[in-house]
Amino acid sequence: MNEQPEQLRNFTINFGPQHPAAHGVLRLVLELDGEVVARVDPHIGLLHRGTEKLIEQKTYLQAIPYFDRLDYVAPMNQEHAFCLAAEKLLGIEVPRRGQLIRVLYCEIGRILSHLLNVTTQAMDVGALTPPLWGFEEREKLMVFYERASGSRMHAAFFRVGGVHQDLPQKLVDDIEAWCDPFLKVVEDLDRLLTANRIFKQRNVDIGVVSLKEAWEWGFSGVMVRGSGAAWDLRKSQPYECYAEMDFDIPIGKNGDCYDRYLIRMEEMRQSVRIMRQCIQKLNAPEGKGPVVVEDNKVAPPRRGEMKRSMEALIHHFKLYTEGVHVPAGEVYTAVEAPKGEFGVFLISDGTNKPYKCKIRAPGFAHLQAMDHICRGHLLADVSAILGSLDIVFGEVDR
Amino acid sequence: MDDAKLDALGQTIVSALPGAAIGHSVAFNQLTVDVEASKIVEVVKYLRDDPNCRFINFTDITAADYPAREKRFDVIYHFLSPALNTRIRLKAQADETTQVPSLIEVFPGADWFEREAYDLYGVFFVGHPDMRRLLTDYGFEGHPLRKDFPTTGFLEVRYDDQEKRVVYEPVRLNQEFRKFDFLSPWEGADYPVLPGDEKAGPKA
Repeated sequence: MNEQPEQLRNFTINFGPQHPAAHGVLRLVLELDGEVVARVDPHIGLLHRGTEKLIEQKTYLQAIPYFDRLDYVAPMNQEHAFCLAAEKLLGIEVPRRGQLIRVLYCEIGRILSHLLNVTTQAMDVGALTPPLWGFEEREKLMVFYERASGSRMHAAFFRVGGVHQDLPQKLVDDIEAWCDPFLKVVEDLDRLLTANRIFKQRNVDIGVVSLKEAWEWGFSGVMVRGSGAAWDLRKSQPYECYAEMDFDIPIGKNGDCYDRYLIRMEEMRQSVRIMRQCIQKLNAPEGKGPVVVEDNKVAPPRRGEMKRSMEALIHHFKLYTEGVHVPAGEVYTAVEAPKGEFGVFLISDGTNKPYKCKIRAPGFAHLQAMDHICRGHLLADVSAILGSLDIVFGEVDR
Repeated sequence: MDDAKLDALGQTIVSALPGAAIGHSVAFNQLTVDVEASKIVEVVKYLRDDPNCRFINFTDITAADYPAREKRFDVIYHFLSPALNTRIRLKAQADETTQVPSLIEVFPGADWFEREAYDLYGVFFVGHPDMRRLLTDYGFEGHPLRKDFPTTGFLEVRYDDQEKRVVYEPVRLNQEFRKFDFLSPWEGADYPVLPGDEKAGPKA
């Protein structure tokens, strides 16, 4: 028999867009050589809503809810970046209580995001219990969101100049009471995962990123800290009242998925530490006071005042129809969102609408490196790597 | 860094790269350097490698559209220097046909950001190995973030039950897209005719 050498051909498969481990609507075109990944081509944009275009049509106040819908597991952190940008252009400073509430809720957002990521990453590599435990705590946190803003997820709580409403004392006390039992849950998750043999086999030495690569690929947040840089915007370029908070920045040594997991676990504990300090400062006499700037050209007057004062009524009407006129200028502000550096580049032309608002999402920069990180790994590692990159499609596709 | 240091850094950069870096400005405690679009790679390499700069972290590439200008786009780059703990913004002017060199050889992270700028604005990058559209639909036409692109777009999609597939149709709006102009007519607004006052004829 005349046997011809069989032609070897790489196998191409589609991963997603409806795969549960794709964390949303990611379509990965994987080129496989046996079980080894030869090339990854991520197709994104399936959740593209044109947020940046829409923001150009809206006033500064109307733009805020769009930011909840970017990284929808930590909504307030995004609003924060936008408000900081507008405040920088306006040259206003948020009152102390407003700052404390913002920091408190940003840290709640960080825990929300890390809880989701750590537990679903564990699910991607085969553990089913962590999400059940983690989501129970997320539920409680979302109730805190609801009690502050009226909405469990899409809070739209931050305003240019502060936050929308003050927190009732009962809510502050309840958040404080939540802290200790939560550390117990983190402890449980830690016991379940950190030394788990299967979890380690799936994560240790997988998706290694060197520090040089991390910088030049535009990584930020946990992705650079995992590779060994003690870089956290809350420490290095402090905004709001982070400068007076006492917390540590965990860093990794190996830059692999397991280090990033460990960092997220530790960051949750550190977030609780920051939250405790916020609550303590909120309860102190200096922490009382207004939560939003009292300039009625920027923030609306209180409801009660409106019933009595004609001027307050005019301010209210002008703010909710026309909005704030932000002085012309360009500014880039970034916050340390749970997933990395979330930046807003705002160009104002002096009118009541942003001329341009570029949203720089951390997940976007992380996801583009999928091809680089995944090459040479096995097919099963793709979902572990994707999990540890911490991708949410709301912010990648915008 | 304070403004004086940023200003000094800007001057150093501009004097080190004659012809490539044109000018600099500091606003809101942020440094902006204007660069020549064709020399962008040279500038970025200098910023990355010079021991006084070390802008090793790539942050962002985007564009801004000013249709009234002769060169309508600003291509805007952001970099971060962890050593100096400061950011820098580079701005290069370009039009629809300017060939902006790609940064992908210097910073691999520029890949998707350039694709996005091309997709949404139509800025043309040369030297990029894979310049496909990124965020918009397969087969999309036009560049949606340009100021002359309507917010409603041109096509809408729906699932056609008879044909058993998704069909593309021209946008049909039951209500016109409402764009309120709240710029106060008493404060420097420049209307030929006040809105709602069309019958009265042009302003005297």
